[in-house]
This record gives sequence, C-alpha cells and structure tokens, in this order.
Amino acid sequence: MKKLTGAEILVECLLEQGVDTVFGYPGGAVLHIYDALYEYADRINHYLTAHEQGAAHAADGYARSSGKTGVVIATSGPGATNLVTGIATAYMDSVPMVAITGNVALSLLGLDSFQEVDITGITMPITKHNFIVKSVDDLADTVRDAFRIANEGRKGPVLIDIPKDITMTETVFKAAVKKDAESHINIEQDDDIAKALEIIKEAERPFIYTGGGVIASGASEQIRAFAQLMDAPVASSLMGQGGYDNTLPNYIGMLGMHGTKTSSLAIGECDLFVAIGTRFSDRVIGNASTFARNARIIHIDIDPAEVNKNIEVYHKVVGDIAQVLDKINSSLPQQSHENWLDKIKEWKSEFPLVQIEEHDEFITPQYVIETLDELLGERAIITTEVGQHQMWAAQFYNFRSPRSFITSGGLGTMGYGLGASLGAQVARPDRQVVNIAGDGSFHMNCNELVTASKYNIPIIELIFNNNVLGMVRQWQRLFYSKRFSHTTLDRPTDYVKLAEAFGIKAYVIEKKSQVKTVLEKAIKSKSPVLIDCRIDKDINVLPMVPAGKSVEDIILEIED
Amino acid sequence: MQSKYVLSVLVENNSGVLIRVAGLFSRRGYNIHSLNVAETENHKMSRMTIVVEGDLQTLDQIEKQLLKLIDVKEVLVLPEDSVCREHILIRAGNSVEERASMIEVANLFRAKIVDVSHDSLMFELTGEPQKITSFVNLLKQYGIKKLVRTGISALERS
Repeated sequence: MKKLTGAEILVECLLEQGVDTVFGYPGGAVLHIYDALYEYADRINHYLTAHEQGAAHAADGYARSSGKTGVVIATSGPGATNLVTGIATAYMDSVPMVAITGNVALSLLGLDSFQEVDITGITMPITKHNFIVKSVDDLADTVRDAFRIANEGRKGPVLIDIPKDITMTETVFKAAVKKDAESHINIEQDDDIAKALEIIKEAERPFIYTGGGVIASGASEQIRAFAQLMDAPVASSLMGQGGYDNTLPNYIGMLGMHGTKTSSLAIGECDLFVAIGTRFSDRVIGNASTFARNARIIHIDIDPAEVNKNIEVYHKVVGDIAQVLDKINSSLPQQSHENWLDKIKEWKSEFPLVQIEEHDEFITPQYVIETLDELLGERAIITTEVGQHQMWAAQFYNFRSPRSFITSGGLGTMGYGLGASLGAQVARPDRQVVNIAGDGSFHMNCNELVTASKYNIPIIELIFNNNVLGMVRQWQRLFYSKRFSHTTLDRPTDYVKLAEAFGIKAYVIEKKSQVKTVLEKAIKSKSPVLIDCRIDKDINVLPMVPAGKSVEDIILEIED
Repeated sequence: MQSKYVLSVLVENNSGVLIRVAGLFSRRGYNIHSLNVAETENHKMSRMTIVVEGDLQTLDQIEKQLLKLIDVKEVLVLPEDSVCREHILIRAGNSVEERASMIEVANLFRAKIVDVSHDSLMFELTGEPQKITSFVNLLKQYGIKKLVRTGISALERS
C-alpha cells in the first residue's frame, strides 16, 4: 500500500471533509504542510493573510457566510498565539472552525525550544476540544474527529496541534469508512414539545426571541412558519440578525442593550417569552431578576447547559431548532392575538429608530446604512468590527436572509471585521461583502487591506470615521462625567493614501449629498474599495439599556 | 442552599483530561472540595470522584458543563447512601513517652502503623471522611508532623 507523509495525510483528510479553501501563514513548523499544499494547489486554495489573526477571522467569516467549516493554518509559537483571539471569537459565537498549528518536533517538546508554545494548553478554554497529535497513525482520525466535533451539536472551533516530525513521517493512509448517521427517538424531547404546545396555546401575549442558533441550525423557514402560527412579534439578538426576515411586519427589531423601545416594552408586557437558539447573554437580559417578569419563559436550544444558566426558565426543549420547530409547527393550530399585535404596531410607530440630521449635509450613519440597503438589499453580506458602527449596522440594515450579517457578538473583537469580510467574500462571490468599520477598529488590523488587494477580493471597507472610540466615549459621556480618557483619537492617518499604498481605490465622504454617489461607485467597482466616511463624533447609539439595568429602563436620548 | 455533592465522573484516559476538568471548575468559579482520579479496569478510561460545594442550580450547571467536555463520558451525582471512603497517611508525635497513648488511639480507629522513628509514628487509615477527621483531631495533641489525605473516592450502591 502506498505510504503518505503526515502532511499529505492532513491534506487528504481536508479534501475528504470537502475543504477547498484554507487561510493561513507559513513558518518553520508547518514547512511540510505547506510543501503538501504546494503539491495539492489544484485542489486547495490557500489564502495568505498579512497576519495569522486575519487568517483566523477570515476562516471564521468563511464559515459564517457559507455554513461550511472554516480552516486556518499557522506555525508554532507566535503563529499559534496569533490565532488565539480569532479562535476565542469563533468559540463565543459557536462558529465551526478547525485550526491547525505546527509545533516543534516531539523530541523538542517541553524543552522551551525555539518557537515552542503549549497551544493546546492555551486554547483549552476557547475551543470545544483540542488535540496534540503524537503519532502519525492517529493523524487521520484526529482530523476527522476535529471536523465532527466542530459541527456536532452546538458548533465551535477545534484545534489540532501537529509536531513537525509527525508531518514528515510516512504511514499508510486509509480513506474514511462512511458511517450511517445514528438516528434515535428522543422521548424526553417529544414530551417537552407536547408540554410546550400546551403552554403556547394558553398564551395571550406571546413574544418570540430568536438568536444565532436559528442561523446555525438553518431554521429560518421554520421560524417564519412558527411566528405565523403563533401570531406573535419577533425580536432578534445581534447574533440572530437575518434568521428572521427584518422586513416582515411582525419583526420588532433587536432586543437588549441597544434594542428597540418596542422590544423592551413587549418584554415587560408579554405573558409568554419563547427564546429560540439563544443563550440569554447579559447584553440581552440586562437585569436577570426583572427580565420578562410577567411571562413564562420557554427556552429552545441545542445546548442543554444553556438552560437555566443565565435565566431560570419555565420550560425547556433541548434539540436542533429546525427539527424541534418542525414538530411544533406540525401540531400547533393557528393562534390569534389581534389586540396584542395592534399594541405592538402602535409602539412601533410611536418609537421608530431615528437619528437626527443637524443640518442639510449632516451625515447620519442611519442614512448611510439605509442608502446601502437601498442599493444592495439582499445582495449584501454585512460584516462589522466592534463598537458604535456595529450597532448601527445591526439597527438600520434590513437583514432578509440568514448568513447576511457577520459580527463578533460574544467576544466583541475589534479588528474582526476586515478579516471576516475577506473570508465571506471568498466563500460567497455571488454577494457583495461590505465591512462596516469604525476608525478605531480599522487601525487594529488594517494590514489585511493588502490581502484584499493581492487577491483582488472585491470587498467594500466602509469606515465610519469620527476620530474617536465612539462606544467607549459614549459610556464616558454617560457614566464618567464626560471625562474622555484616551478615546479621542485624532490620528493623522490619511485613509486614501493608506489604501492606495496597499493598491486599493479609496473615496472620502464628507457631506450627505456624496453618500449615494460614492456607494454606487464602490458597488460598481470589481475590486476592493475603501470609503472614509466622516461623521460627527457625538452621535450616540440609542436606545440604550445601561449594563445591569432592567430592559424597561431603556434610554431614548442622551442630553449633552 | 449550599451543600456538598459527590460526583462520579467517567473520563477518557487522555493526557490533559485532568486539566480540562480542573480548568472548567476554576474558569466557571465552581468550588472543588476534593478530586481524585485513577484508571479503571479499562486502561483507556479513568474515574474521578469530585466533591463539590454549591447550590442545586450550580450542581446542575456543573453536570451539564462537564458533559460538554469531549473526554467526559458519564457524570453521576451520587446518592447520599453511596459508599464514600477516604485514605490518610499521618505522622505524629514528639516523644517516646507519648507512643503508648498514640497507639491506643490508633487501635480505637483500627489505624495501622506503617512507619516508626525514635520520636514519631506514621499511621494509615481508611474510612468515611468524618472518621478520618476525628482521627486527625485526636492526634493533634501529640503534634502532627505531616499528613496527606486522598479525598473521597465513592461508588453508588447496587
């Protein structure tokens, strides 16, 4: 039988898993792996980023936009540690990713060798599981296990650390044996569904809250049918954006810290709160003891450990969202809650999201994002960095389909978006990827502009440039007596020159009348574009529920 | 209400499994009272006995979070009537004069003398944790030089 090296076995296993795209950065400990990638270049596209962190975010954006597993490769030591933020970001948002790191040879492990780091130790709390491969005969099954674990149940990142000598040792490669998926009857779940149906039928003022699990499970159609049968308003978390079509009349926006007033009022008044594919983040619930105080809470999620973790619930159903909702939908008679929905409608028209234009040429992020929506609509995938711009993107773009909004919700990683946008654009060439950024986040990983340029990945980098760290500044305004400590950037960066230096076209927007023309030009371009969109530094993200406060204490305006 | 619970956890005998379990406890702020672990009859598996302190909600979370670890195969919260045992090695005593009286105490507990030196004795004892604690308390008057307890190992009754 033909023998292959560990590196070749690794690549064969990637092909076996249907991988055709990887992101990474070469180095000493992965030389053999890169040698194999050279050999398999016709079957695996490798994207070289400027920094390993960018590669990790790209693999994450690739996974979130396509539903496939993202793959990132880095060398030992600093290569591996540079992945850490990217892996943690994927872990917090349950993104399927396989990170492959090289390490020093087995005989050098544990000796503080050059570029040696215990990356399995470091990543233990931020991966679903991780492996260090100590025999080439274990390699193939380890890779298969890694992909299975990354996608099983609640998804997440898995890391495989491979010492250098393992990648050069030869052994016989056996192709995977196809296993039939095990099917089992889940009696507990059926009982829980039956009880959930009873509770739902008793409700007079139901509320549906959808999270990222809806997207991970591919349950958008089921949610739509469920909301229709329930005759209930739907609010979505940041991670759930796009899981439920934002343009449907019973959609009431985000909920939580920067949710809509309508959501907050409805949370306070509903008598049934159905949370689907979500984990009751502190950014959503504010104060756990007053949250949905008049409601019974039903929690539907794939991860049993999320039940009763942050909020004590009345009833739970554990399982895959799409499967559970299919069962519920098939037995749920049409409900009707006309009065309740009328009230919701009143709130919606009374409390719309509006940013004030202080003069004719004043640029509000709302106007820019709504114009972008008008021009691109469903064609766009919006990625973001972290901060005010991220919330504005979530508030003002109408996400109509799943996987069209990609953002670091759990970890809140500034510098995430540009890398993620590259991965998303590579995965979805049929869509226009726009990374909405702030000038603070942009400076964290702007090196990846060169990756967009080198591979001609036609993303639009839209920077809301207000010369401040806006979100932190907003908190300083509210809670620190306007002591703007180190949040005023006023950096001399010339964004146009910087972009041009990387080989990227750039535009500046300084007045409202330029917004549409520049966006149109950017969209028409077949190559990456940067837009420096100058906005006022004192525009706040509103509404806002201060951390730890009850969602009913939502602030609609901040006085100067 | 805070109580102590005894968990019996079956894990794969992989390197790093102890740190995965211990790391989970420290990261999520769960209190470990004691933890012991060794191979089972199947050398690929180990069984841990973990004594934890917390309320029922914390216990529920500990069980579920443990089950999310890939290496953890089974988590049992042992019922109160389970067989719980602990083992101790203890060296005590300062003078030859005290020896007879220390041996008397040891005999009451059926502890075994495992080492003798000119001024101290080393005993071993296995029993319920409460019994071990009483034995330690009684030996205090002779001066405890050093002791080591294993923490509880436990199995449910059939």
